[in-house]
Amino acid sequence: MKIKWALLVSLTSLAAILAGCEPLLVLDPKGPQAARQAGDISLLIVLMAFIVIAVLTILVIVLFKYRASKMPDDYEPPHIEGNIWVEVICIGIPIIIVAFLSFVSVKSNYIVESAPTGYEEEPLVIYASSSDWKWHFSYPEQNIETVNYLYIPTDRPLEFKLYSYGPITSFWIPQLGGQKYAMADMVTTLHLAADEPGEMLGRNANFSGKGFAENRFNVTAMSQKDFDEWVEEVHETADPLTEEEFNRLLEPGHLGQMTFTGTHLDFSPAPEHDHGSDADEHEEHSTHDETNEESDHSGH
Amino acid sequence: MEFFERFAVPHASPMIYASMVAIALVSIGIVVGITYFKKWGYLWREWFTTVDHKKIGIMYLISALLMLFRGGADAILMRAQLSAPEMKLLDAQHYNEIFTTHGVVMIIFMAMPFIFAFMNLIVPLQIGARDVAFPRLNALSFWLFFAGAMLFNISFVVGGSPDAGWTSYFPLAGNDFSTSVGTNYYMIAIQISGIGSLMTGINMITTILKMRAPGMTLMKMPMFTWSAFIANVIIVFAFPVLTIALLMGTTDRLFGTNFFTTTNGGMDMLWANFFWVWGHPEVYILILPAFGIYSEVISTFSSRNLYGYKSMVGSMVLISLLSFLVWTHHFFTMGQGALTNSIFSITTMAIAVPTGVKIFNWLFTMYKGKIRFTVPMLYSLGFIPLFTVGGVTGVMLAMSAADYQFHNTMFLVAHFHNTIIPGVVFAMLAGLTYYWPKFFGFMLNEKIGKITFWLLTVGFVLAFFPMYITGLDGQARRMYTYSEATGFAPLNMLSFVGAALMAIGFVTIVYNIYYSFKNSPRDIGSDPWDARSLEWATHTPVPEYNFARVPQVASSEAFWDMKKKGHQLFKGEIKDIHMPNNSGVPFVMGIIFFIAGFSFIFAMWVPAVIALIGIFVCMALRSFEQDHGRHIHVKEIKEIEAQYGEVPGNENRSHTTTRV
Repeated sequence: MKIKWALLVSLTSLAAILAGCEPLLVLDPKGPQAARQAGDISLLIVLMAFIVIAVLTILVIVLFKYRASKMPDDYEPPHIEGNIWVEVICIGIPIIIVAFLSFVSVKSNYIVESAPTGYEEEPLVIYASSSDWKWHFSYPEQNIETVNYLYIPTDRPLEFKLYSYGPITSFWIPQLGGQKYAMADMVTTLHLAADEPGEMLGRNANFSGKGFAENRFNVTAMSQKDFDEWVEEVHETADPLTEEEFNRLLEPGHLGQMTFTGTHLDFSPAPEHDHGSDADEHEEHSTHDETNEESDHSGH
Repeated sequence: MEFFERFAVPHASPMIYASMVAIALVSIGIVVGITYFKKWGYLWREWFTTVDHKKIGIMYLISALLMLFRGGADAILMRAQLSAPEMKLLDAQHYNEIFTTHGVVMIIFMAMPFIFAFMNLIVPLQIGARDVAFPRLNALSFWLFFAGAMLFNISFVVGGSPDAGWTSYFPLAGNDFSTSVGTNYYMIAIQISGIGSLMTGINMITTILKMRAPGMTLMKMPMFTWSAFIANVIIVFAFPVLTIALLMGTTDRLFGTNFFTTTNGGMDMLWANFFWVWGHPEVYILILPAFGIYSEVISTFSSRNLYGYKSMVGSMVLISLLSFLVWTHHFFTMGQGALTNSIFSITTMAIAVPTGVKIFNWLFTMYKGKIRFTVPMLYSLGFIPLFTVGGVTGVMLAMSAADYQFHNTMFLVAHFHNTIIPGVVFAMLAGLTYYWPKFFGFMLNEKIGKITFWLLTVGFVLAFFPMYITGLDGQARRMYTYSEATGFAPLNMLSFVGAALMAIGFVTIVYNIYYSFKNSPRDIGSDPWDARSLEWATHTPVPEYNFARVPQVASSEAFWDMKKKGHQLFKGEIKDIHMPNNSGVPFVMGIIFFIAGFSFIFAMWVPAVIALIGIFVCMALRSFEQDHGRHIHVKEIKEIEAQYGEVPGNENRSHTTTRV
């Protein structure tokens, strides 16, 4: 009896640990892109659990039924080559599952790769660049730059332009949506949006050397009004970012949160030559070819 | 003085000094021991110069087990470091070195030699051949692998280990961000053993295509041979890509070229592409022979023929083709856009179809069978559900939009360990237990073997399943520490407990070998498992020439036919057998390659050039050498055969030894 109770208690506590007191970050989305991904992941978990249970059930039945200790000593297993219909079913079911998932996958790809829809305002463009081991966020529209923290307005699409002043890094805010690489010789674009105000974690997910573990940043989503107030406040209080200062920031190491007026894009522009990521370029209004790119630049 | 500073470990810690002392003591111990017991001559004649596929296989096996413990030590250190938040066991640099060497050692220097061990041991026997097609090349392959492995393993005491991850993405792995010689070790050591792998690929393909016993058409080959054949075809297509990528990486680091730099027209993403054009087929190079071993084991211990032989072969061919069409899924997040990601998402998921067919075929092989729960069978039975979990999480990762959330997290780490441990490692242990009696003449203890199996399985589940959860909770991979606030701590502690159980499990394997060597009976006959394919039709342990008479084959289960249907496997008289001569050149070339590699790593050009000349001299000498091999004469063969005291082909003993 005691053993039974001990087992029950340990099982429930295990379930509690597994379920967690709070939902897992990725499955607790705060924006449309993350919601799409969380939806896909939940669908996958259910479908895949079904497949695993099916295989496990067949395995257990077969093992139970055909174990040697149950068979008479003189039982000689038959020679079975294979049956065309059985094999058609074995191939057919996986094909149906894969075809269905391919459909979902392609659809989701185009959704997460394009600007979130259903918002009235134009996307807010933020340049997020990494250096060993920090993140620099430039708001060209607001003419502001921050280090290691990100303020974003809710209910407005966000267009992150990612690049790196060093190794390949990956810009990731789990609750807003999956990650994308930041590289030194091209700019990648990540479309996100936040639906509710709050604090979130962001980090570099791609190993980039010694200070990688601490390469995180804080994300705060707030209403457009609060965001505008913050911008104003920064313009009143923060120092301008000089080229000298920026180069000092790029030195390897860790920095706390910092705020500047002006962005480094003026003296150290993003490496926006087209490296042939056609698929997303065609979808958006920005860089399409060399000439467009130039005008895009001057537009900032 | 500056010259010598390069050889110092840039980042020394007490642990590394302790390893230095341990390595020195063990090396001295080995040399003194061999000298004391006067075994140098024996080692040279029987092992260093051997071209016998079985002995080379055993050397691969021993190396793989050694490397398993090296990589395992790395693993347990990592899990210990992450078992609690803000652990101080390792610092960032040490942790980075350890996960890098863990990955390289486990894939290149543990899993690869393990599968080469079984290819060498089993393929010639399964096809009724006397050796591989190019026995001396085979020895050279082994010694190159060994030179590469040793070179890689001295890195942490001489000059510093690589620390840019086993994928060594540029520019992180370039001179700007990896200033120690560590990544040179990575480039050169993998290059040397990679040359060996490529030669094995060519050797095995030729062997399988040209040296099969009479009557064995391609579709009558045992399944392990098929899997080895396809894996070697993949090797021949994939490894040249790695060779060139490593060469470009080496010239970037040593000669200042700009292939993968971010300035002067270099492209860092090119490395990632090259790496995975090799890297993804590489995982199928590992898993297909593992599938082959499972096919043999499941068929034997279900006492049934393998269900769906043709679809098994077909699915492997399909997997080998698809394996070259999916590399981009390793970096869906590089920004190729929705179209590219969609294409690679679909090709990746397509691999689930042939893999699923194989799972079903194994299940149907057991259907109406007579299932014996031996240790090799337990590994195979554990493999089916666990690998299914690994497979379906692979499908999850293949959903490129969702992969944006899985990428670079512990979810991914859980997934690939979930395929490689139950897939490859379990297969290797199943194969080790299954084929052990064939080559060593005694069985491994079943009771200890079962304890090992349960320790590894429970340990595996505890170690890796929690990672799926922490991954979804935002734990990125390769972080050497995390804060209390993240909430990762309990599950990481669970992982550590699992890893510790696995470590105990691996130690019990060594104990099992020791225990069985002392206690197992030696009169086990040549067919202790009541097996079905040709490798069991010869004596145990296998004589040098494998088969006194070449077998005549009529199906994929020639030995079973002989036992059950009265098929006459060995016809005609015993004739003289032509065998290759031993050669010390491969061993010497291994040493020269080691010296050349070491010189390149430290940019010591004089010894590097001399060693390179030495390599070409060895090759030139070989091309002028007249070596027609030797003959084992009928009289000698009959004497050897008489020693075994049984005549294969008329053997009835197997029926009495089937109960295990």
